[in-house]
Amino acid sequence: MISRGERVANYVILSVFAAFALFPIVTILSAALGPADSGETSGLGNFAAAWEVGHFGTYLRSSLAVSAFVVVVSVVLSIMSGYAFGTMRFRGQSVLFYLFMLGIMMPSEAVAVPLYFDLRSLGLIDTFWSVALPQVALSVAFGTFWMRAYFRASSRAIVEAARIDGASTWRILWRVLVPPARPAVVTLTVLVFMWTWNEFLIPLIMVTSESLRTAPLGLAFFQGQYTSGFTLLAAGSVIVATPVVVFYLFLQRHFVRGLLQGAVRE
Amino acid sequence: MAGRSAGPPGEPRRVAYLYLLPAFAVYAAFLLYPIGRAVQLSLYDWDGLSLGRWVGLDNYVAIVADEGLRAAFGHALVLIVFYSGGPLVIGLGLAAILNHAKVRGLGFFRTVVFLPQVVAMVVVAVAWRRVYAPDGTLNTLLGALGLDSLTRGWLGDYTFALPAVGVVGTWFETGLVTVLLLAGMSRIPGELYEAARLDGAGAVREFFAVTLPSVRGEIAVALTLTVIAALRTFDLVYITTKGGPGDSTSVPSYEVYHRAFGLSQVGSAAAIGVTLTVVIFVISFGINRFADRRVS
Repeated sequence: MISRGERVANYVILSVFAAFALFPIVTILSAALGPADSGETSGLGNFAAAWEVGHFGTYLRSSLAVSAFVVVVSVVLSIMSGYAFGTMRFRGQSVLFYLFMLGIMMPSEAVAVPLYFDLRSLGLIDTFWSVALPQVALSVAFGTFWMRAYFRASSRAIVEAARIDGASTWRILWRVLVPPARPAVVTLTVLVFMWTWNEFLIPLIMVTSESLRTAPLGLAFFQGQYTSGFTLLAAGSVIVATPVVVFYLFLQRHFVRGLLQGAVRE
Repeated sequence: MAGRSAGPPGEPRRVAYLYLLPAFAVYAAFLLYPIGRAVQLSLYDWDGLSLGRWVGLDNYVAIVADEGLRAAFGHALVLIVFYSGGPLVIGLGLAAILNHAKVRGLGFFRTVVFLPQVVAMVVVAVAWRRVYAPDGTLNTLLGALGLDSLTRGWLGDYTFALPAVGVVGTWFETGLVTVLLLAGMSRIPGELYEAARLDGAGAVREFFAVTLPSVRGEIAVALTLTVIAALRTFDLVYITTKGGPGDSTSVPSYEVYHRAFGLSQVGSAAAIGVTLTVVIFVISFGINRFADRRVS
């Protein structure tokens, strides 16, 4: 049994550490809710002012469009490729799988530069596709790995029974395997959403027009241009961070599980 | 899509290629092909506009020979200490405490320490810029403690800018590492601890004889994740220091961006990107091989 003194010491250590973890977040929140340096707004009014001055409405809209596309497309493609790797046997299986695995570790910095110049010669730079498709590729590498692990562990007997009933491979996937896979799919969905929403380098390189700027990119520009005080910048930061944080608070289990199982894309 | 196919599951299935095709097409077009192009570009001296000039391996030689580039990779090594070393030491301590003592509020604690992982790095960087500003939170705190002599503009200081960036890494990786290690420790069977105690082991011996060897796998995962994150630091440096002051916080990822789009040295940027990729592969395989061998 642990002594009372030890217990107190443990709580002190944990509190100190929780304070360290919250310290920068509290700095931002208190600045965002405090009186503005211009003295014109305070509290929630800061968010309205930041929304107006920083064009966050536009940025959130384009982040939402990019995230929705990347999440839906990469989750569907990952389910299909994970299904092939997890339940079927075919020639070149391991070579193809290792090719996908390379993508999990491949830093986007290395591919973003050649992608920019190739997309530029195709006239695709500064389009929705130049922001979304590279991120689908990055997410599909991890998604394939993730869904393959799930499908491999799922019951062979169910698949076999469905096949004997005459179900096609397509039907087996969506009617038999995917419904019980919901937890794995939700985890993948929240991870891809978080990566896409928070992604900075790819939009930074691919986008020049303001209407395509995603939220983190817009915040970076806002920081560069808006130098009169910190309040509105803090309010803008809160606006940018909030969607993922809200998801995190509700689906925490999925975030923790996914990130702990070796998801490296950032 | 494909109809009924014959044979039991596990038989070679050609239909598998159809399921792979869409994912593979996007993956090949937007990752595999570009990395190949990166290798190609890295062999040229190219400004992004005019015709490139073949230079062979010169861009790679420069990574070793050029002082600025060597410094960038050196800075990445320093960041690894902050991103991996710090969180591992703190995380082992915290997780050991949490695993032993049945403290209340564990769920809340986990929510809090994990929070930095989900906040956009740009927001994290804006927050820490504020903390480190000359009139920022850290200096205010030091002033309140009567340590005015220590106050400075942390991110503008040649000596302190890189450690200051590193501390941000420690801050956001520690939660991940702690939760990871805690999950590992909670799987250690209680009998192991009982056996150690019967042998007369104290808390410290118990930690080194039982706890540490049992979480070797988790340590390997933690190291892989944090080392890669350290090597890939970009957003943070872009927002807080842009590599400055001087080049005291330049890192490989930032150099890739800066050279390609700031200095029009696309070949050199590609060579740094390829080198970074290789380093990341080698380190992750190395860490995992090491962990596997020790387990067996």
